Amino acid sequence: MSGISLRTKRILKNRAFLALCLFSTSATILILALLLMSIMVQGSHFLFSSEALSAVFGHGELSQVTKIIRWEFLSNFASRFPEKAGIYAAVIGSLWVCVICALLALPLGIGTAIYLEEFAPKNRWTALIDFNIRNLAGVPSIVYGILGLTAFTRMFGLFGSDKNSALSFGPDNAWWHIQLPFGQGLLAGGLTLMLVVLPIVIISSREALRAVPSSLRQASLAIGATPWQTASKITLPAAIPSILTGAILAMSRAMGEAAPLLVLGIPVFIANTPDNLNDNFTVLPFQIFNWAGRPQESFHQLAASAIVVLLVVLVCFNGVAVYLRQKLRKPLA
Amino acid sequence: MPDTQPNLAKPATAPTAPTAAATAPTEQITIRVQDFNAWYGAYHALHNITLNIPSQRVTSLIGPSGCGKSTFLRWINRMNDLVPNARADGVMQLDQDDVLDRAFDVVELRRRVGMVFQKPNPFPKSIYENIAFGPRLHKRFHHSDLDALVEQSLRAAAIWDEVKDRLHNSALGLSGGQQQRLCIARAIAVGPEVLLMDEPCSALDPRSTASVEALIRELRQTFTIVVVTHNMQQAARVSDLTAFFFEGKLVEAGPTDGMFTNPKNKQTEDYVTGRFG
Repeated sequence: MSGISLRTKRILKNRAFLALCLFSTSATILILALLLMSIMVQGSHFLFSSEALSAVFGHGELSQVTKIIRWEFLSNFASRFPEKAGIYAAVIGSLWVCVICALLALPLGIGTAIYLEEFAPKNRWTALIDFNIRNLAGVPSIVYGILGLTAFTRMFGLFGSDKNSALSFGPDNAWWHIQLPFGQGLLAGGLTLMLVVLPIVIISSREALRAVPSSLRQASLAIGATPWQTASKITLPAAIPSILTGAILAMSRAMGEAAPLLVLGIPVFIANTPDNLNDNFTVLPFQIFNWAGRPQESFHQLAASAIVVLLVVLVCFNGVAVYLRQKLRKPLA
Repeated sequence: MPDTQPNLAKPATAPTAPTAAATAPTEQITIRVQDFNAWYGAYHALHNITLNIPSQRVTSLIGPSGCGKSTFLRWINRMNDLVPNARADGVMQLDQDDVLDRAFDVVELRRRVGMVFQKPNPFPKSIYENIAFGPRLHKRFHHSDLDALVEQSLRAAAIWDEVKDRLHNSALGLSGGQQQRLCIARAIAVGPEVLLMDEPCSALDPRSTASVEALIRELRQTFTIVVVTHNMQQAARVSDLTAFFFEGKLVEAGPTDGMFTNPKNKQTEDYVTGRFG
């Protein structure tokens, strides 16, 4: 007869495993919480008004606080004086570039996904394409930066240099003014980010389409619908919620990328917002990268504040994605 | 259509081996199949099938799994086009048209030959939209008539009374049997001549099965119906004619009563009496 019965052993083993799982989960959450806390503490100086800060941490009165958020941080341009510095140009730049990226990457990516999933024959050629797209999704984004630099910023030197461009379209003051090569302008940034997110959009859209039961396609075809009618009227509407969720997550990826734009050589200090598609711009992650690299402590605090803003934006993006998934997704069979 | 001309002469001259047209000689034939072979890649799935499927009758295809009866069914509306290496030769005519002719428009073919699947597969749309989907594709209505067409189709499928108050609710809220009758209504809505049913009751409970079987008997007055079934009692209950497939060959075909009470072939007898399969 052993000291511990078999049953007790089993229960102990079970508990030990549970404890291990709990430990790893809580460790992850703890690290994340610490990170967020330290960023919030560091960033609070420039994010919140002095009266709000002194009411919470000092001797001020909570009831007398009239202004909580220090809006100057959001509405000022970058500056070499930390107290005057803000992220206005970076926020606007991020929005512009994200919208351009979405307008380019979503139609292309979703179109590719529909073709590959609904129309393309399953042969060695499409298997090769599939394999490549999957690999491209794992390529580090800085590599796309180099491609963007060659293909969009300089356009292989075919159209002269950035300063001395060979071709331009539209009046200088129109928002759609474009010149070739794109230089460090919005279009170059948007196109480069498009390269980064395109594989992600394609893969997530394909998965969304694949999740539509084939019995629905068969039903549609059997009633005399063409493959195109089946894709546009049955498969795509059924897959749209999942496609949108994937698209939003891809956009939040684009929003957070600094590396490819760093390679393009976009400026960090900009005293105006972009006027046209060729105008210079900067983005939030790049502004953060720049501030964090400076020696003075105040700039580190600025970087932390900008990180908080970026995180809020990304949480909003993901929140919309989760909402869409929950609300729009209907059962399909 | 010059392609179909030679085929027209064939049925008259060819030996009428086992055909289902064993009823009155004046019987109208909707689907004429002569020396029909089908392959999946190198696999020879159907061998020299010759079978006439008469108008406004229920013809059931029976046989053990893998005998080719579903393959046969899926060639009638060319759903097998979706299978990459499926091919067929021989004669398969719908009225006078050559179904196997690559130039024959599958869209038009599938409008004339509706299909109901094993598992009810309503679209994730409203009941109304499910029925209106087909007519909208084929522009088979004048705008004010769509409501009437939807009602007429639902009535024909004996489901109108159950859904008339919730036409704009999701079709996925219906029970399995109701969904299957909805799928039948959806197929009817485009005005087909033929309805193909691939084990239409095998995913349903006995009560829903009874309602769908009653509907099949009802629809025989308007449509030519071909039912694939694993259930021999069902074949006996709903069909006028039965064709027994075994290992890719048509073993015996004839009036259902004769097939079940007095089969000519030993294999048929073994199968219908439940000795194998």
